[in-house]
Amino acid sequence: MAQIIGTWFAAFLTLAILSFLYKDNPIYKAAEHLYVGASAAYAVIYVYFFDVKPLLLERFANSPVLERWLLVIPGFMGLLMLTRFIPKYAYISRIPISFTVGMGAGLGITAAFQGFLIPQLQSTLIPIVVWSTNGFQLMDTINNIIMVVGVLCTLTYFYFSKPHTGILGHSAKLGIVYIMVAFGAAFGYTFMARVSLLIGRVYFLVHDWLALV
Amino acid sequence: MKIIQLLEGLGKVDRRIIFLLVFLAVLIPMFVSKTGQIRPEEPVKQAYAAVDRLKPGDVLMVSIDYDATSEPELKPMLEAILYQAFQKNLKVVMTGQLALGLPLGQISLDKVVNDLKEKHGIVKEYGVDYINLGYRPGYVSVILAIGREIRDLFQSDYQSKPINQFPIMEKIHNYDDIGLILVLAHGATIDTWVQYANGRFGVKIIAGLTAISAPDAYVYLNAGQLSGLIGGLAGAAQYETLVGVPGGGTRGMPAQSWSHILIIILVIIGNAGYFITKYLGGK
Repeated sequence: MAQIIGTWFAAFLTLAILSFLYKDNPIYKAAEHLYVGASAAYAVIYVYFFDVKPLLLERFANSPVLERWLLVIPGFMGLLMLTRFIPKYAYISRIPISFTVGMGAGLGITAAFQGFLIPQLQSTLIPIVVWSTNGFQLMDTINNIIMVVGVLCTLTYFYFSKPHTGILGHSAKLGIVYIMVAFGAAFGYTFMARVSLLIGRVYFLVHDWLALV
Repeated sequence: MKIIQLLEGLGKVDRRIIFLLVFLAVLIPMFVSKTGQIRPEEPVKQAYAAVDRLKPGDVLMVSIDYDATSEPELKPMLEAILYQAFQKNLKVVMTGQLALGLPLGQISLDKVVNDLKEKHGIVKEYGVDYINLGYRPGYVSVILAIGREIRDLFQSDYQSKPINQFPIMEKIHNYDDIGLILVLAHGATIDTWVQYANGRFGVKIIAGLTAISAPDAYVYLNAGQLSGLIGGLAGAAQYETLVGVPGGGTRGMPAQSWSHILIIILVIIGNAGYFITKYLGGK
């Protein structure tokens, strides 16, 4: 019984959200607000019971003295963040925000070099003409040329210290072609993603709810 | 002049008519069309091979970094990979970077475990063969903490039971004990996993991504930072084909194909209309 009610309620909410495609309406708004409210409530409850309570409150109660007082620091920083809700003292929240930004920047810079820039540079330093034990590899050679030319031309498009004339201009124009191809691929993939979501919902309606297929 | 008027009329067509056409292109194939042959592409084959290379008893960590908004694309991937992992006797450790993804991952785990028991007589036990550690906020810190000691953040599972009571966790402490990570994501968490877990700790990662996120991840695949990539519903269908378990991905392919054909036709009509109107209008 509970499953039937759940399925009917989910079907109603699906149709309520899809009704926006025709026109904005109060039923759509109600469904949207319900989703936002339920999601926020779930996240708050989950974070309290699986993060704040076991990792801060219970650990504070059960830890040795030194560790206990170390836990006061993140706890206090968390409380300072809540001063954003009091306009008079909102400036205090900048302290924990600064800490978070500083930590994020530090971690991000090392990760950007170690995990992104250097591996990507390495993957671009490839032979233009590919030979293997089986001899000359035509397709690999073509692929590598396309990639290296693409990297160089796209980089020149974003080089603004000189006017895009002459060789630089031709290179930048070819760079635009590469960028447009990337945009086209992204658009195609985006459409595929959106249709996939529609397929999921339509299948739910005709299979789980109406049992037509 | 009539052609120009017709083409101009097409350019001003009510967008709700296009919505209706796309809806019909998705709905009708569900009743009449059959799935054609699905040919797995190289990135999907690489992902399959990465799981297949693991030995029985190796640990596959699964990160559920999506919620209901991307479930139709990523759930079929998750279930196909879980089938493969359990049939190979891998240990599955589930976690996630989104609170709302947690129940979705657990539903798929339960479904696959029940299916394997009913259809194949393969019994998988919670805490012995698989576990769901749940979600912890602050995803960069979570990914880094797992590299040190998983218990620093995950002292209990998703039901608040201490993880030390489960046999599966006896030998799992950090990335050294994990054979492969599967990241199922609808956002930028794949960047974080690659840059920290792979870049800093060298753990192998395969990604199952929504079609929107997949193009950006090809650079990681090309650089060897990802061991495989499954992109969108088409990727899910390809993975299901490799595992031999048709599911949501395979089922969605006819609707996906017909809606793509519709959009291609609309794009051609739109562009042809634009250029013809411009050419004839200029005369």
